[in-house]
Amino acid sequence: MNAPAPPLALLAELTHRCPLRCPYCSNPLELERASGELDTDTWLRVFGEAADMGVLQVHFSGGEPTVRKDLERLVAACGALGIYTNLITSGVLLDEGRIAALAGAGLEHVQLSFQDSEEAGGDRIGGYKGGHAKKVEVARLVRKAGLALTLNMVVHRQNLHHLEDMIELAVALDAHRVEIAHVQYYGWGLKNRAALIPTRAQLEEATAVVEAARERLKGVLVFDYVVPDYYARRPKSCMGGWGRQFLNIMPSGKVLPCHAAETIPGLRFDSVRDRPLDEIWETSDAFQRFRGTGWMPEPCRSCDRREIDWGGCRCQAFALTGDAARTDPACELSSDHRHIVELAQTESDRAPPPFVYRHLGAGEPRAEPALSEEAVPGAGRS
Amino acid sequence: MNAGVAIDEGSVPRFQPHMKLRFDKKRERWTILAPERLFLPDEIALEILQRCDGVATIGAIVDALAAKFDAPRDVIMDDVKKLVQDFAEKGVLKT
Ligand code: SF4
Ligand code: SF4
Repeated sequence: MNAPAPPLALLAELTHRCPLRCPYCSNPLELERASGELDTDTWLRVFGEAADMGVLQVHFSGGEPTVRKDLERLVAACGALGIYTNLITSGVLLDEGRIAALAGAGLEHVQLSFQDSEEAGGDRIGGYKGGHAKKVEVARLVRKAGLALTLNMVVHRQNLHHLEDMIELAVALDAHRVEIAHVQYYGWGLKNRAALIPTRAQLEEATAVVEAARERLKGVLVFDYVVPDYYARRPKSCMGGWGRQFLNIMPSGKVLPCHAAETIPGLRFDSVRDRPLDEIWETSDAFQRFRGTGWMPEPCRSCDRREIDWGGCRCQAFALTGDAARTDPACELSSDHRHIVELAQTESDRAPPPFVYRHLGAGEPRAEPALSEEAVPGAGRS
Repeated sequence: MNAGVAIDEGSVPRFQPHMKLRFDKKRERWTILAPERLFLPDEIALEILQRCDGVATIGAIVDALAAKFDAPRDVIMDDVKKLVQDFAEKGVLKT
């Protein structure tokens, strides 16, 4: 087999530490402690290897990446390698000095997460008092420093009624872009699914709001909209296909094809502590297992979308069917699809149960003609 | 405020601060990098984008292209306006 094409983007989960406790956090249920994190020199080596391989973008994420004191150094190193740098942050630990230092290091873009359009909801959902007000202040400071800003709005049944206000907030804070992402159900999100999943009517209303705003705000605000899989007809092309464009490095150094890949039992992950990144990309068991189309069962195997959506999300297939090598149940053609639609309907019709906030030690076992545009998998969360 | 989109001969197109036009050595192609996106300009788009330096007006860009490709100015003007408009709507350029 030929060597796989090189990855475009790398998500660097510098840490799992985070003052917030979002009940949909995509971090694993078993969070890494600070003592298990990669050190600065290892990250610097890894970014060098990534640039040589052809990685064009690095997303600094977590957890909350700004808890790392070496963030500026890592950003500057990527910049020197010609890599585009993006910071995905909850913002609550930033102040004017730190933002200036990051801008000075050459940071190119900030993605700031909001939990709601207003304080009461924002602080409740994020599980952090004073968080919302701080985020508003940080958004202003980011723009004042001349940095480009995306607001990340993770939406679900407990904040969707504020969607219009969230979009207004993005305009008021002079963001360039807003990412409105329905919660994805793995990690903590799966644990809290019943508390988060919207009804089909709520989803349709939200989609209409986004489409109208997108039209109205052309040239002012760029929209990215991620719909929840459970009501979809076809799955998303998760990460642009397993092991095709994207790699995710965990705080411990483990390299994953997507940030939820560890939920799939039986996959062997390699660590940047032990092997060079290109070798891991090309040969690691976890990457090889679902790369391409060879692993596919029917109906994917003979489907003409198999190289468009790559059979959907492996983690979701596992979470919902117990078998990571099945067609993603989000696909209407999957025999499991009916089951998840029913599940979504039943859960969203009931009153939402209380949140299980993210915490340490959960310990559960577990192209257009002139300018063609391509989505590059990033984070879609935080 | 990010300006809305309205383009004429005197407009000065420039890149949004988070849009980076870079040569991808590995893949040997020009790429515009953006958060979770990349844009691959075709030849004409690239000719225009490389001239969007925040100084040149649309008129000046058209003059340069008309000279380089020995083509009628009004045809080029139409193309450039259309493309710049499109790039602005995609959030790549502002004017
Ligand atoms: S059958 Fe498989 S390849 Fe075809 S649309 Fe469904 S998930 Fe995608
Ligand atoms: S989703 Fe919330 S809890 Fe998880 S890392 Fe982001 S801000 Fe922290």
